[in-house]
Amino acid sequence: MSGFFRRLAGIPWRDIAGDALSRTFLCVKAFCVVHVIDHHVLSLSHVRGPSMLPAMNLAGDVVAVDKLSVRFGKVEPGDIVLLISPEDPRKLVAKRVHGLEGETVSYFVDPGNSSASKTVVVPQGHVWVQGDNPYASRDSRQFGPVPYGLITGKIFCRVRQLFSLPLHSLI
Amino acid sequence: MAGAWAAVRPLVKSCFTGSLIGVTIADRYASLVTVDGKSMYPTFDPKPAERVLVEKLSLDRYNFSRGDVVVLRSPSDHRDLNVKRLIALPGDWIQVPEKQEIRQIPEGHCWVEGDNAGASWDSREYGPVRHFSVFLCSYEFGT
Repeated sequence: MSGFFRRLAGIPWRDIAGDALSRTFLCVKAFCVVHVIDHHVLSLSHVRGPSMLPAMNLAGDVVAVDKLSVRFGKVEPGDIVLLISPEDPRKLVAKRVHGLEGETVSYFVDPGNSSASKTVVVPQGHVWVQGDNPYASRDSRQFGPVPYGLITGKIFCRVRQLFSLPLHSLI
Repeated sequence: MAGAWAAVRPLVKSCFTGSLIGVTIADRYASLVTVDGKSMYPTFDPKPAERVLVEKLSLDRYNFSRGDVVVLRSPSDHRDLNVKRLIALPGDWIQVPEKQEIRQIPEGHCWVEGDNAGASWDSREYGPVRHFSVFLCSYEFGT
């Protein structure tokens, strides 16, 4: 019995604790690096849905999202941006910017059925976003101009396509 | 030159690590904000400017209650932060104080007002605020 306790006392507890602490700290540092890069510099995202056809795939694309240019205000009409949905803040949506604050935007109210169009001035601090596929997209035509603060990143590159089957092989 | 760099390197490394950890904690868990406007008087007194602890954990689950003091991005300039009280959540019906109108807060929005009604530019002017512009909930902290 006393042999067991003697062996227990012989184990280098302090070294083990020091080792464990330094490895935990290393994990914490790695997590912080990943968080800072993902949140503030560059991130990857999986977008899917019909609202940005033909630019983006229906089945889904993995895209690279640049967060720095949004922070410095370098978003321009024609950019595809990732933004928090104004209708459900738990969702992120990808749309194209059509107008910045102060600009005038014209759009078709009901593209399939009529050619009526409306013109609107984007208020201060907001942007007008639309999906490339006007027939299947919920965007500023439905929920109005979006505050700039909801934009989380600018999509600048497609990393790879998921399910990149060419269409003719499905027949 | 190499000697100077070798002497400074541990300091630079620890500053860098510390700032990374600080940024992560400020983004995810809690951070400090200085309140220096008068729209929340008497809750927050602008002279002297008060430091407030804001927590971000409730942001993930949208765990807000009516009456919480929140920090939000101003809808007219995304770089400005406003501190206001959350009055109504999506789906609530409210009566706008000066205007005798009754409106329903649409989905994804909330209504915020400052405690100092005479000197506060809030939802009574700019309407319901998009839900995610709301930044975080705040608790009174220091002096």
